[in-house]
Amino acid sequence: MYKYIAKRLMLMIPTLFGAAVLVFILLRMIPGDICEVRMAGSGMYFDQEAIDVCRENIGLNKPLPLQFIEFVGGYFTLDLGTSMWTEKPITHEIQLRFALSLQVAIMATIVAIAIAIPLGIISAVKQNTWIDYAVRVFSIAGIAMPSFWLGILIILGLLVYSQAWFGEPWMPPIVYVPPWEDPIGNLSQLIWPAVATGYRYSAVAARMTRSALLEVLREDYIRTARAKGLIEKVIINRHALKNAMLPVVTIIAIEFAFLIGGLVVTEQVFNLNGLGKLFVTSVGNQDYTMTQQLVMIVVLVFVLVNFAVDIFYAWLDPRIRYS
Amino acid sequence: MVTLSEAQVEAKFEQLAAKPTLSKRLWEFCRKQPLGAAGAAVVLVMIFMAVFADYITHFDPVKNDLANMLTAPDETYILGTDQFGRDAFTRIVYGARTALLVGFVSAFAGATIGLVLGVASAYFGGRFDLLFQRVMDVVMAFPLIILALAVVATLGTGVQNVIVAITIPFIARSARVVRSNALAIREIPYIDAARALGYSHTRIILRHMAPNVMAPYLIILTASLGQAILLEAALSYLGLGVQEPIPSWGLMLQGGAEEFAETAPWIAIWPGVAISLAVFGFNLFGDALRDILDPKLRAR
Amino acid sequence: MKVIFSKLAVATVVGAGLALAAGGVANAAEMPKRGGILTYLNPAEIPSYDAHRETTFGVVHPLGPMYSLLIRVNPDNPQSATDFTCDLCEGKVPSPTDGGKTFTFKIRKGIKFQSGAPLTAHDIVATYKKIMWPPDGIPSSRKAFYRMVDTLTAPDDFTVVFKLKWPSGAFIPALAAPFNWIYSKADLDKHGLNWHTKNVNGTGPFLFVQDQQGSFTEGKRNPNYHHMGLDGKPQPYLDGIKAIVATKLAVRVQAIRGDRAAIEFRGFPPAHRDELVKALGKDITVQESDWNCALFFTPNHESKPFDDARVRRALTLTLDRWSGSQYLSKIAIVKTVGGVVFPNHPFAATKAELTKLAGYGEDAKANLAEAKRLLKEAGISTLKVNFVNRGVDQPYKVVGTWGIDQWKKAGIDATQQVLPTPAFYDTLRKTKKFDIAIDFNCQSVINPIADITKFLGTSGANNGNYKDQPLEDIYAKIEKSGDETEQRKLIRDYEKRALSDEAHMLLTLWWYKINPHRSYVKGWKIAPSHYLNQQLDNIWLDK
Repeated sequence: MYKYIAKRLMLMIPTLFGAAVLVFILLRMIPGDICEVRMAGSGMYFDQEAIDVCRENIGLNKPLPLQFIEFVGGYFTLDLGTSMWTEKPITHEIQLRFALSLQVAIMATIVAIAIAIPLGIISAVKQNTWIDYAVRVFSIAGIAMPSFWLGILIILGLLVYSQAWFGEPWMPPIVYVPPWEDPIGNLSQLIWPAVATGYRYSAVAARMTRSALLEVLREDYIRTARAKGLIEKVIINRHALKNAMLPVVTIIAIEFAFLIGGLVVTEQVFNLNGLGKLFVTSVGNQDYTMTQQLVMIVVLVFVLVNFAVDIFYAWLDPRIRYS
Repeated sequence: MVTLSEAQVEAKFEQLAAKPTLSKRLWEFCRKQPLGAAGAAVVLVMIFMAVFADYITHFDPVKNDLANMLTAPDETYILGTDQFGRDAFTRIVYGARTALLVGFVSAFAGATIGLVLGVASAYFGGRFDLLFQRVMDVVMAFPLIILALAVVATLGTGVQNVIVAITIPFIARSARVVRSNALAIREIPYIDAARALGYSHTRIILRHMAPNVMAPYLIILTASLGQAILLEAALSYLGLGVQEPIPSWGLMLQGGAEEFAETAPWIAIWPGVAISLAVFGFNLFGDALRDILDPKLRAR
Repeated sequence: MKVIFSKLAVATVVGAGLALAAGGVANAAEMPKRGGILTYLNPAEIPSYDAHRETTFGVVHPLGPMYSLLIRVNPDNPQSATDFTCDLCEGKVPSPTDGGKTFTFKIRKGIKFQSGAPLTAHDIVATYKKIMWPPDGIPSSRKAFYRMVDTLTAPDDFTVVFKLKWPSGAFIPALAAPFNWIYSKADLDKHGLNWHTKNVNGTGPFLFVQDQQGSFTEGKRNPNYHHMGLDGKPQPYLDGIKAIVATKLAVRVQAIRGDRAAIEFRGFPPAHRDELVKALGKDITVQESDWNCALFFTPNHESKPFDDARVRRALTLTLDRWSGSQYLSKIAIVKTVGGVVFPNHPFAATKAELTKLAGYGEDAKANLAEAKRLLKEAGISTLKVNFVNRGVDQPYKVVGTWGIDQWKKAGIDATQQVLPTPAFYDTLRKTKKFDIAIDFNCQSVINPIADITKFLGTSGANNGNYKDQPLEDIYAKIEKSGDETEQRKLIRDYEKRALSDEAHMLLTLWWYKINPHRSYVKGWKIAPSHYLNQQLDNIWLDK
């Protein structure tokens, strides 16, 4: 087992390195220059010298190999560098936003689970009845709607209906407060993006719950249980569900990994100052150093979750370890 | 009088015999997979709209008509007009072309390239497989927006480049799934037999292995169709997708949807409905297909 | 200026006045109330805290209230292009002596920086030296505005003297630039000239509390502020300010609607104004103004056949500006048809003068016929245009879509290439792979003589890739002429050459600023630029 873990860990290194090379090259392939954006972007008069000085100050004039060494070398010296836009340390910028993104991701996952598992079970138990169809239509609708569109409709709906019912238009807060400072304010801001994203992500998990459960229900031991005259509820709860959960948990874990990167659009719509918004801003500003680190975070989370899933499976099924 | 050869007569008979079977099969599909059939119907309507756009509506989807801007839905403009006086219904109908083009081309290209690469990776195995897998890992893990930006920025905006940007992650995903299925096939003796016969690698990969992973291929393909349409919309929303004045649902939602969401809600609602319905249709159909082809295949 | 109240709003203002009068307080409606926190929206993210180097309003809106200027645009009359008042100086803005070449400013006493250090003339001198003559490696974006300044001295602790090389009407407007925050000399000496990129220490109406990058900036009332309020006590009226970053337009509109913020100082498109007024009625007050920003289609003179003036003239003739103004003002933040100078300025062309320029005539059909004739004359049957636009809706993409449709009428086939902002600037300024590009000129203080440098081929901000010596010559005369009548006449020649004869740049329309805000925000008056009148010392909340 340890050997397998070590092997899988080693395999992460080329992936991470490859991603580092890729992001470094891709970013520099995209035409544009942070200093031009900063100075010329406002349409206001500016001094060409200001642009030259800016380029020099943030290190854009350094040779590319040196820039790459500074980027990758930072992981060994534990110095992620400074943002080219604000010239503040990247760790500080990320720290500011990490809690928010993580909270939304966790809340969205909880919402997704809360929707997906009951629906998946109902759908499987009532397979091919109108209930099954209704549930599936509901859950596929979640994945079919563009998330930004859903977000717009949610905010507009809140504004319009709160005014219609209570006289005053209400919208979720637009400044983040940590849950330990103001739990109600925090919740009333983040519940909406969590629902919008969670509903979307529930579709895949619901489908997985349904098919996994159906598969298990066809197994011999369930038939035996049925033959023994156990009531359906007990069969589902005690026997089938437990065995069907493995692929469901896996898919939720993988979705969670995607979620970190998938919040990009949601954070825009709800004005959340999280990593997704920082990412869009940094890309829009051509802030190389910041974008590089954010991409690496997304890649790292993805790789780690996949690693955890693999290890988990290997632990369950020893054959994998030796293949 | 036309005379038929014996073989032709036989073929004719077979054809006649097959006909009821086909409709019967269709009926069977509708009965067993009513949702899938509904999805297929939505897709067919979309294809119909895209193909016969010129006949369905007589408005120009691109030309501005500033005298009639922001008209609410009425008899002439059944879904109203946008801020440039363009008929919203017309743009939705023509937008189906863009959506289908982006959807089909990127899904086909992504799934097919992924199929070939995935099979090749499984077939050759060893170092090539290991290296290839790492590359796919990187692509899978990489944020789409950066890839899209790089593609759009280096190639320029335009439908074809949006397709490229969307296809790349599809390749990685298809290759992954196909490879894991192809690994099992590689072990089957007839591949060894083909090798012993001295067939070229290309021939073995394309003729002997690829056809045997059709089920996962088709499933990935149909799942990608809806996603491609959604991705196109998301890229447009972030300003990286198809550009004005090309009619595209994602583009219709981008500026107008938010700006006129309340003063002219028809601009915001219908393109969103069109996207949702299309993706909905493709997903329902894809799910049904998955159930038929391989009920045991996992969601990924 | 036009201040539009919805009918209901007028009714309540009157109603409130009556209610208070009944309570026995005369003129209470006019008297500012004290207290409260103003939350407003910042549509851009702060790059660095040092306004001397930055060009974005994203730094002026949240941090401007923490600083003072030497002189400023009159906050009670910001629509005037010539009404400047003292901020840190005493009395009126001084008139020049020595034949218009010497300006002597008396500095107010008793002003303190947030750090507690007293402000003296030396702080102002040190600040302006950093702005006008920065050492190598210290960026200063607008140092060219002060080319006419010869020396700057502080003869005593409360006097500052600027001596000019030549008399210039552009000097006072340049001094009033909202970026010229006065820093403490002690800070500059002790911490260096880059210290202010990350630190705030000013003498403004508000003291810096905190800035959370990408989220919000907070300030609290400066008890030692130097301007008096209408109630005879020192300003500001507010207890504090909070600028919330919201880069998405829809979010900003929703935030005002849901009262998460009271105002946004940049400007909303007309549809959002209508939405807010419809939803909130009396609770929304709308202020509107011409905006000191002009939107251009700039032909690339290095790309054939756009080197041919006839082709460029045909392109500008095709644009029906008068009808365009009517329609576009309903869907975009542009409105006024104008020439090279800001429409409300005395130097601006009158309508009679304007209609003589190519593409400004009111007969759109005749313009179109002339455009077709010119194209024919230039030997062009089908003209294909690679039109590069910036990936931002308002107003670029909206006006771009209009332009393409206009050109189509003359058989000109333009394909739009919309690029994200960085790639757009790369194309515009480095690779130059475009036939026509969207382009704009957006300045703060209305200062025509500085603002019209945009049209000079030698200007760093010019993107048309042309050289036009006669135009440069006219400009040189404008710059050095001391007589306003003569300047106005010269500007007409300049305008005709730049926009009509040579049609170097196709000016589409001037921007139009619309600020719908919560009606309880009082005392703020819209300026013709989103950079101006942003110190917020005279704002109060009627809650």
